[in-house]
Amino acid sequence: MPKPTLALLSAFLFAFGVSLLSDRLDPYYLDVVIGVGINLILAVSLNLVNGYTGQFSLGHAGFMAVGAYFSAAISLFVAPAFIGPAGTSALSQGAFFLAALATGGICAASAGLLVGVPSLRLKGDYLALVTLGFGEIIRVLFQNIEKFGGALGLNRIPAYTTIFWVIAFLALTLFVVTCLVHSTYGRGFLATRDDEIASEAVGLNPTRYKIVAFVIGAFFAGIAGGLYGHFKLTITPTGFGFEKSIEIVVMVIMGGMGNTLGVILAAVLLTLLPELLRPIAEYRMIIYSLLLIVMMLARPQGLFNFKFGQTRS
Amino acid sequence: MNAPLLQLNDVTIRFGGLTAVNAVNFRVHADELCGLIGPNGAGKTTVFNLITGVYQPTAGTIQLANRPISGRRVNEIVAMGIARTFQNIRLFGSLSVFDNVRVACNLHHPSNPLQTLIRGSRFRRDEAAVAAHVHELLEIFNLRRFQDAPARSLPYGEQRRLEIVRCLATKPKILLLDEPAAGMNPTEKVELIRLIQQIQKQFSLSILLVEHSMKVVMGCCQRIAVLDYGVKIAEGTPAEIQSNPQVIEAYLGENHTTSLAHH
Ligand SMILES: Nc1ncnc2c1ncn2[C@@H]1O[C@H](COP(=O)(O)OP(=O)(O)OP(=O)(O)O)[C@@H](O)[C@H]1O
Ligand SMILES: [Mg+2]
Repeated sequence: MPKPTLALLSAFLFAFGVSLLSDRLDPYYLDVVIGVGINLILAVSLNLVNGYTGQFSLGHAGFMAVGAYFSAAISLFVAPAFIGPAGTSALSQGAFFLAALATGGICAASAGLLVGVPSLRLKGDYLALVTLGFGEIIRVLFQNIEKFGGALGLNRIPAYTTIFWVIAFLALTLFVVTCLVHSTYGRGFLATRDDEIASEAVGLNPTRYKIVAFVIGAFFAGIAGGLYGHFKLTITPTGFGFEKSIEIVVMVIMGGMGNTLGVILAAVLLTLLPELLRPIAEYRMIIYSLLLIVMMLARPQGLFNFKFGQTRS
Repeated sequence: MNAPLLQLNDVTIRFGGLTAVNAVNFRVHADELCGLIGPNGAGKTTVFNLITGVYQPTAGTIQLANRPISGRRVNEIVAMGIARTFQNIRLFGSLSVFDNVRVACNLHHPSNPLQTLIRGSRFRRDEAAVAAHVHELLEIFNLRRFQDAPARSLPYGEQRRLEIVRCLATKPKILLLDEPAAGMNPTEKVELIRLIQQIQKQFSLSILLVEHSMKVVMGCCQRIAVLDYGVKIAEGTPAEIQSNPQVIEAYLGENHTTSLAHH
């Protein structure tokens, strides 16, 4: 069996082991770990787009919203029709949740395709603008859909998200991004980032690479959204605003664009920081902005990107 | 002579009021080593951009082995067998030397995202074949020792050579080199002449060379075309070109011919 597949299966087993122990863990810490895990899925998947492929997307929270709403809709409106009054076993509940998450991921990926195809064809930084607009449109759209609760959002979403699902999907995200990038095919993402003209000149199709990265990124943002909804149990359109997108972008930049390990460290740090500094949580956006400015000046290659610094000439 | 590999028929391109390339006719045959020279701004790089599909001609047609290439995308033209280097080197700076060449192998070892996840036996065999091929190419150019270094960290001359290796990984029928000797010292130029002739024979491809160094052009090319203000003013063997009064007037100058005669 190929090594990455083995690692993925081990991670699933590990997730299962942790979930068996989870009753004995402090629920507060468990919640913190789940929050960190969801942010990790977001950051690692955005890193494929912003980091490895070099396309500056500001719409990750928008795709997260699509995933959150559609998976919650499955759990709230579709699944109950199949579940008898006697309730349901843990196994079939798991299957329903998996179907809900997959639906959320696929809806987000479709939205990614819809946004990506026209904007990724254009050269330059149009993507940042288009994805920024997309995030806002999604918010307004959900705000005005009666079925999705309007401005109040959806609540009483079943609490399906457990530590097991979060670890399992984080492992899957890491698996997909790592396998993609570590291959002859996947080096094309990095080539597109380094020099689009040269990548065409060696026979690659940079537009196709950008779209693939964008759609896969959106898919996992959708999964993260689904996990988030079934964890918080309430979702509102404002919860997936511009600030959330910025938060994930900062994680990717701090980690050192296209450096998965660095992005993981940055995501953990940036999720835990507000947790530790609850009293100043109000100033989070200001702190993020300052962090970004200081970073761009002092360590443009990313806080946790050590390799890059050595090899630069 | 056999049918030409690359054919430019009355190719013209205008940028606004400027006619950068004006009704140029030119042919490159299989296994031929041709030169394209001319003063700065004559339109040499623009000819390369036309052949590789970066620009579409305002008038005229371009054919590779009798198939028209106009209207095709850049990456499709590479797949047909035309590879090029850039006047101001365009490597994938953050990628390793190995990966710079590896990424160009996608053309002949296509795979898709799903295969990278499943990593089945065919995928693994393909990856191994690519790695072996890249090592082989790097070996020829003496670049194997740099293989893990990021491309941008290489010395200038090695970067130029890496760009040529990267082209060869696409298995071209014709290779377009845009000033490969720029910035090289005399010893490196001699080495480059040897290398150009070697790859032409070893990979049995045609080469079209744009170069300001007369030493390199006269040393390699069987046939040379001269551009001036977008117009082809002469074409012939190195000896013919050196003694052509129009070429001397427009480009070489009296001193240049005498200095070449001393070599
Ligand atoms: N995209 C473009 N738009 C407008 N003008 C252009 C464009 N590309 C090239 N030109 C013009 O066409 C002319 C030919 O340029 P080109 O780069 O082909 O010259 P060259 O022969 O390669 O010169 P050099 O030896 O300096 O490299 C120049 O006057 C240049 O300014
Ligand atoms: Mg030029």
